[in-house]
Amino acid sequence: MRSRLPVVLVLPAVIGLVFLLVPLAGLLINAPWATLPAQLFSQEVGQALRLSLICASLATVVCLVLGVPLAWLLARSDLPGRGVLRALVTVPLVLPPVVGGVALLLVLGRRGVVGQYLDQWFGISLPFTTAGVVLAEAFVAMPFLVISVEGALRAADPRYEEAAATLGASRWLTFRRVTLPGVMPGVIAGTVLCWARALGEFGATITFAGNFPGRTTTMPLAVYLALETDPDAAIVLSIVLLLVSVAVLAGLRDKWISGPS
Amino acid sequence: MKRVLVLTLLLAGCGSPAATSTGGDITVFAAASLTESFTKLGTAFEAAHPGSKVRFSFAGSSALAQQINQGAPADVFAAAAPANMKQVTDTGAVTATPATFARNTLQIAVPRGNPGRVTGLADFAKADLKIALCAEQVPCGAAAKKVFEAAGVKAAPDTLEQDVKAVLTKVSLGEVDAALVYRTDVKAAGGKVEGEDFAEAANAVNDYPVAPLAKAPNAPTAKAFVDFVLSGRGREVLIEAGFSAP
Repeated sequence: MRSRLPVVLVLPAVIGLVFLLVPLAGLLINAPWATLPAQLFSQEVGQALRLSLICASLATVVCLVLGVPLAWLLARSDLPGRGVLRALVTVPLVLPPVVGGVALLLVLGRRGVVGQYLDQWFGISLPFTTAGVVLAEAFVAMPFLVISVEGALRAADPRYEEAAATLGASRWLTFRRVTLPGVMPGVIAGTVLCWARALGEFGATITFAGNFPGRTTTMPLAVYLALETDPDAAIVLSIVLLLVSVAVLAGLRDKWISGPS
Repeated sequence: MKRVLVLTLLLAGCGSPAATSTGGDITVFAAASLTESFTKLGTAFEAAHPGSKVRFSFAGSSALAQQINQGAPADVFAAAAPANMKQVTDTGAVTATPATFARNTLQIAVPRGNPGRVTGLADFAKADLKIALCAEQVPCGAAAKKVFEAAGVKAAPDTLEQDVKAVLTKVSLGEVDAALVYRTDVKAAGGKVEGEDFAEAANAVNDYPVAPLAKAPNAPTAKAFVDFVLSGRGREVLIEAGFSAP
């Protein structure tokens, strides 16, 4: 049986889809297809792409390790001022990324509040390093993970956890065996968002980690600089970044999110 | 209606440059390095031409050139390099002959107190110093490349920034020991950054061209603004900001 789709929903949905996809079509139409293969396999592109994938993945790991517990704290604990904390966690979402980068410099830079001790005591200087790129990306991307995991946790039925507790499970065991599997779709959606955001990160990265080929030049930075002199190259780089991210995201989706839920 | 408009345009175009023909809003696209001086010039222009309002869009010259070529409704374009002006004259977005209104030269910028004890271009080759330069794709980076070639110094930068203001931020925060920026940027940074002149700067003098756009929505005021930038009063403001006269 077929039910009629309501026009009130379908029309804006289609407009929304077109709105999101037309800029992508613009890139594809303007792509210099003749020189594309040569650009694709140039050393700089390979270097920037590899660095982007590595940094975005490491940043996502950082976000998972720190973000999931943070989401749990926000959703399950009875901390005073939880609402304020939750709002504060979303600050990197609102902050222009360049400002986020400056903030990171002020804290972790060579003269920063914390950074000056890192430098003096351990000789660690984070700006202009690959580790700096990972940090900048994690800073900007973590709220996406926290918010989606927290939403899933709040929507989950706490009675399962209570049941586990009455059966004698510790809180850690309950978290691992009951809570986490229950919110897995939320965690995966958050991870995907977080990774995608990290991959496209520009402002905080170039401000905090700078731009040096092979060390801190990720794809978005390469795209921006290419735009200055060679818009065609910038389009090619953008398409490469898009294709790779779409391929990875589609692959993950098939593997983890499909099937009966 | 159309005829009236044409007539008005004709009158505005042919009439003597009376103060009455200017007025209304204009949008000026100007290189990021002109932020301080052009903001001042805009205020002075508005005072001299009552009823006019100057709005600015400051950004990297090549980004602005691309916006103009994509049809951004600007009246005047002031670029940091002739190459960026060429981007818009090539497409016919600017048909008037651009006029050079200022020159800028590079200076060595160090954080206050000069913690890296940088005294000249040769220090830029030291691996233990943190060095910031502009990326070669942007004008200040191209200029830096020229002076290093002239000086025979192989620079060892730690970062190649996307524009001169980003370089300046790294210097004023003390994250780098030395950088090459324009003299005007050092001046704009106030006391946080110290500037040092060097002889090789003469190898990369940057000319700033200005021109009204062919499709300027407010052509008379656009022309008046360009004239104002080129006037004695305009030059005064620019020199105060650290530019030199062309």
